[in-house]
Amino acid sequence: MFITYLRRELAGRRRQTAIIAIGMALAIALVMIVSSVSSGVRDAQASVLDSVYGVGTDLTVSEEPAAPAEGEAAGPGRFEFGADAGTTEGDSTAISQSRLTAGFGASTFDASALETVQGIDGVSAASATLALTNTTFEGELPDFAQRVEGGPSDEVAEGGEAGGPPAGGFDGAGGSAFDVNSFSVLGLDPAAAAVGPLSSVELDEGRGLEASDAGQAVAVLDASYATSAELAVGDTIDVGGTEFEIVGTVTSTSADAATAADVYIPLDLAQQIAGLDGQVSDIYVQAESADRIDAVQADLEEALPDATVSTQADLAASVSGSLATASSLIANLGLWLSLAVLVAAFLIAILFTIQGVTRRTREFGTLKAIGWSNRRIVGQVTGESLVQGLIGGAAGLALGLAGIWVVNFIAPTLGGSAGDGAAPGVLAAGPQGGDGATAGGPFGGRLDTAAATEVVLNAPVTVSVIAIAIGLAVLGGLLAGAIGGWRAARLRPAEALRSVA
Amino acid sequence: MYRLEHVSKTYTQSKRQVAALKDVSLTIPSGQLVAIQGPTGGGKSTLLQMLGALDRPSTGSITLGESELSHLPDRKLGGIRAKEIGFVFQGFNLIPTLTAQENVETALEPLGVSGEERRRRALAALASVSLADRAGHVPGELSGGQQQRVAIARALVKEPEVLLADEPTGNLDEETRDEIMDLLEGLWRDRGLTLVIVTHDSAIAKRAERRLHIKNGTVTER
Repeated sequence: MFITYLRRELAGRRRQTAIIAIGMALAIALVMIVSSVSSGVRDAQASVLDSVYGVGTDLTVSEEPAAPAEGEAAGPGRFEFGADAGTTEGDSTAISQSRLTAGFGASTFDASALETVQGIDGVSAASATLALTNTTFEGELPDFAQRVEGGPSDEVAEGGEAGGPPAGGFDGAGGSAFDVNSFSVLGLDPAAAAVGPLSSVELDEGRGLEASDAGQAVAVLDASYATSAELAVGDTIDVGGTEFEIVGTVTSTSADAATAADVYIPLDLAQQIAGLDGQVSDIYVQAESADRIDAVQADLEEALPDATVSTQADLAASVSGSLATASSLIANLGLWLSLAVLVAAFLIAILFTIQGVTRRTREFGTLKAIGWSNRRIVGQVTGESLVQGLIGGAAGLALGLAGIWVVNFIAPTLGGSAGDGAAPGVLAAGPQGGDGATAGGPFGGRLDTAAATEVVLNAPVTVSVIAIAIGLAVLGGLLAGAIGGWRAARLRPAEALRSVA
Repeated sequence: MYRLEHVSKTYTQSKRQVAALKDVSLTIPSGQLVAIQGPTGGGKSTLLQMLGALDRPSTGSITLGESELSHLPDRKLGGIRAKEIGFVFQGFNLIPTLTAQENVETALEPLGVSGEERRRRALAALASVSLADRAGHVPGELSGGQQQRVAIARALVKEPEVLLADEPTGNLDEETRDEIMDLLEGLWRDRGLTLVIVTHDSAIAKRAERRLHIKNGTVTER
């Protein structure tokens, strides 16, 4: 009887059923889409963070950069060329010099901090890196030596030729041209790739850095940087004046994200070339378990009072760009909009159910008169509302999945930057891909040190998204049914019959 | 058998006390056909609701068989209505979305009768009011007289001791009115029911064994 009555009621009141179902469907679909996109944005943030800090990194240790001491240069220092510098061909002299320096705004600290970190309870792995920037100054200028050899006094003595236009240079008429290129370099311990930036890369060509590479002039390049700089495995690259053999190229495991740096070299050589012996800029820490992260953070801060210790949560807050805009849009507008629509849908369902009960006063009065219990009538009303909610839920599920499909079909690209402020020491490790290498200007590489990366937003359909849809449908149905049923239960049969007499 | 002793019922209407029944005492023996007449607002429907265990008196007592209705909780009153009392209303009060047979089955639902048995008894009840061929029709597809027959089948399918009819022919034309009255009278005679009919219609009242008149909440014998 319950099923028959329920079926007949829903079929007999199609318009009410349709309105409630449509309201519920819209609300549920919206909540599903917002929830899925929000989860996609979280994944995108994680992807940005992984590309910079590596997979499995729970904490990073760095130091706030201190203002340069008086007389100390803030930038990469001066490029100094002696009288014999460069190679001369004809009237022109070509000069080139590379300097490997700590990234602008980065601070280095003593590598002994790594041992301190490793000695802390709850730390399962830790590795240190040195984030550097290689700046190459190269150019072509006229061969001044020729003019010196002639000597100004001779020129004057020979009458009339002193002060004549110099020959050579890039335009053959005494002009000069200079290029300043930079790329990011990350010195890391080849034996400790399990945690740190290289844990989120996969090999593209050649091989990765191995434990035996310590002290060897070998480098691994970011694949996109290698492509833009026209370098391949087997070529060499000048890092701080030392030729490194390129043994491999790597790409990020997260889609569309660049890796943390352009060039990866063994830590000891990086320290030696940059003149930063025994110095590191970042320590990547993996905790034994997620619930120990806070305790490890506290211990690290105590053990290294000068250091900045950042967790993934801190780092997530540092993600900026359109990704951050999307995240805040979802968190604010999306959440409130879906809540408002959900409340509206629930209210519609409740009001229609109450209206239905009021319209059926005589029906319920009659049923009570012939002996139906309150429980049976409340059950009937609730059952009807629940099925209406479930119909709405099924329609909402389909609509929500379609909406999520549309989001994934459009696949909006979000830009994200990580590292600004929260982990200043990592700034120099930002991937620059092709852009950093071709920035050209002396500060191009250094200013572009935040980890800017583009991530395609993928809204996943998870079990929780489906569960939310079904849960809301059941909740909406039960809520409307409970309130409608309560109204029906309050009807006294005599009053119910009298009211229509 | 009904026994009413000093029954009064007072309602509050717009902060005003209205006495619908005033110190009513009467006995209705089992198997009697009683007609209740009286002007509108005189207390007819209130008396019927007291008899039907739909409401409790403000003071006094009502006994049906062994049950004292005035102090029973709602759940037990519901049980008595489900088993012992059948109702027929002026407006038929059928559920519009259910078929004639399903409407009749609703009366067996609270008695916990199983599906197959329920269908069999509902069809038999419809046959007893000559509507077996309309079992699958919804009320909207039936005439007023046919709908009232379905309502009578619903009231009788559980084989109650008492049938209470509130203006059962009030919405029907004269010809149909007589058909329905013939039917009710036949059933009353065949089944030994106690039949109480509230009516404005003197032609119907004249067919009753006993006529009560109620005015201003006071009952008098005619």
